[in-house]
Amino acid sequence: MSDEKKPGLHSPLRRKLLMGMAALPAMSLLPRTSFAQAPATSAINTTGLAVTDTEVTVGILHSVTGTMAISETGSVQAEKLAIDQINAMGGVLGRKIKFIQEDGASDWPTFAEKAKKLLVNDKVAAIMGCWTSASRKAVLPVMEQYNGMLYYPTFYEGLEQSKNVIYTGQEATQQILAGLDWVSKTKNGKSFYLIGSDYIWPRTSMKIARKHIEGKLGGKVSGEEYFPLGHTQFNSVINKIKLTKPDVIYAAVVGGSNVAFYKQLKAAGIDLSKQTMLTISVTEDEIDGIGGENIAGAYACMKYFQSLDNPNNKEFVAAFKKMWGEKTVIGDVTQAAYLGPWLWKMTVEKAGSFDIDKIAPASAGIEFTKAPEGYVKVHPNHHLWSKARVGQAQLDGQFKVVYETPELIEPDPFPKGYQ
Amino acid sequence: MFGDYSIGDLGAIFAMQGFAGLILFSVYVLMALGLAIIFGQMGVINMAHGEFMILGAYVTWLTSSFFQSHLPSLFSGYFFVAMILAFIASGALGMLVEWGLIRHLYKRPLDTLLATWGLSLILQQAYRSVFGAREVGVELPQWMMGSKQVTDTIEVPINGIFVMVLTLGITMVVAYIMYKSRWGRQVRAVVQNRVMAGAVGINTEKVDRYTFGLGCGIAGIAGSAFTMIGSTGPTSGQLYIVDTFLVVVFGGAASLFGTIASAFTISQAQSTMEFFMSGSMAKVLTLLTIVAILMIRPQGLFALKVRK
Repeated sequence: MSDEKKPGLHSPLRRKLLMGMAALPAMSLLPRTSFAQAPATSAINTTGLAVTDTEVTVGILHSVTGTMAISETGSVQAEKLAIDQINAMGGVLGRKIKFIQEDGASDWPTFAEKAKKLLVNDKVAAIMGCWTSASRKAVLPVMEQYNGMLYYPTFYEGLEQSKNVIYTGQEATQQILAGLDWVSKTKNGKSFYLIGSDYIWPRTSMKIARKHIEGKLGGKVSGEEYFPLGHTQFNSVINKIKLTKPDVIYAAVVGGSNVAFYKQLKAAGIDLSKQTMLTISVTEDEIDGIGGENIAGAYACMKYFQSLDNPNNKEFVAAFKKMWGEKTVIGDVTQAAYLGPWLWKMTVEKAGSFDIDKIAPASAGIEFTKAPEGYVKVHPNHHLWSKARVGQAQLDGQFKVVYETPELIEPDPFPKGYQ
Repeated sequence: MFGDYSIGDLGAIFAMQGFAGLILFSVYVLMALGLAIIFGQMGVINMAHGEFMILGAYVTWLTSSFFQSHLPSLFSGYFFVAMILAFIASGALGMLVEWGLIRHLYKRPLDTLLATWGLSLILQQAYRSVFGAREVGVELPQWMMGSKQVTDTIEVPINGIFVMVLTLGITMVVAYIMYKSRWGRQVRAVVQNRVMAGAVGINTEKVDRYTFGLGCGIAGIAGSAFTMIGSTGPTSGQLYIVDTFLVVVFGGAASLFGTIASAFTISQAQSTMEFFMSGSMAKVLTLLTIVAILMIRPQGLFALKVRK
């Protein structure tokens, strides 16, 4: 290398280098200009949540092992679908959603522990999760202590309200009252036989149902029965039902018992196309296990059925099947779980912040017009306004919608006169 | 509660209720038989019994799907094929487990409890991974559904009759094998004195393996039959395990007759009480009674008299 060829201070190469260096700061600005509308992280996350310039982390907390995996699988699938779709639309406040999934393992202390891990270690901005009331009750103190935000999908017994939880399923009165009104009017139901599994949700629901039947409808309750979870022999109670001949069997039997109950009813010669049966615990998911031929003719009162005929739902069902397979079915809770990430996205964008203290009050009044169930709105008590629908189970495992309340029903987690 | 009913109505209800008790009895015998053989003859507490049953149920489900898509004309008879396959599948898995796990633990009975409990968790998760977490619906042929009208008011479920006949048949076969066949004599000889049985030329290892396989195979048949009355999911086996142990322990571990007598007692008590009070209360009372009787007779209703 000779001295003459060494580039001097004013050589063209040197000049190019200098120009390049001068351009560097401008180039570093480029990504920012492409996210022109995305606000600075420091402004929208003042509490140290897991939010970066490009990503925000949320938690998914359901059981994928243990007894409850049967029910919670659909919720996990729906939440992942919603997150996928939100990301495809550009994410939340310009940030893609990343999720950390934890397994509650059908064990309530594990739920609490995992919720704490998600909030304290992972600093997630929200948790989509829980299914049973027991798991929610275990997680609730953790959510309140560490100020998290939980989107809870299951229809449940009510009697709860928290700043740190959004209940995307129905509380008991939303699910029960309209269905009873309908059955009493159209099926001329006067006497009711109540039967459920023995834990808090069926017991609270039946209490509300009994008050409504005896107080408002002028009917009578001819029997009320509870069976331990996992009970598989229903022949005796079926004989009792035959003896009392109620107009309506009103059922809230869950889990494996559910399958045994309907199979044995059918075997005992109770024809559900003649005997009116109204249930609040059977969705398309459960029929998968029960078998359409064993339950065809029964009515279920829910807010969502896979067969709902509206454009939102058609799109949702198609997307769900594309992601999880043609054979999967979508039940009421699965749809409610799908609402969680969307409601959270809209709340964050309304509040202009990921801070829990800002989104908790911003939740009230959030409207989701693209909900598969139609249209939902968040009430200041953190439950959703929703319609109640009655569907009749068909042989193919789907429901035919036979009734829908004309108006949205106001959520009332602490119903006066029903406690 | 009986004031408003005619004598005929009441008679019909009591007849049906009696029948409900008999069905429950058959179900209890069927689920306990496999466990009683393993527990009674080998002293192994098989906590994975429920999972062997569910393997039978899944085999039934697979068979029904296969017949539906490939041999729809023979669908009405698929259940018998399914039961045989369930017996083979569960029995084979049982022998494999005996060979790989149980035989190393014969001298440590408490460890078999832990090991088989672990096995039950492994099997549950395996079912979940293979068949999915959701329950599957097993479709039955038309003739097995519904009920048979005996008189105007009395009707009995067909699947109940089916379970009763099946239980009767299997019990007789098992009793024959255990008490009349050459192999059964070998099994009983091994139970009474393992060393001596070996000394007179009985292959005790082989006897153990087949006994365990037989117990698990019967569990598989039970699981197959229970697809008619219950659910088929990864954890459905857990629904049966408590009742099964109750029946076996209450009956006296080493006695087949004890198992049958105890199943009869528990099922009749349970179904009668369920009729007169709520389901949860009936269960509580049944359990209390059993606890009380076991306090008086810790060895169960019928205990084998052996020289200690």
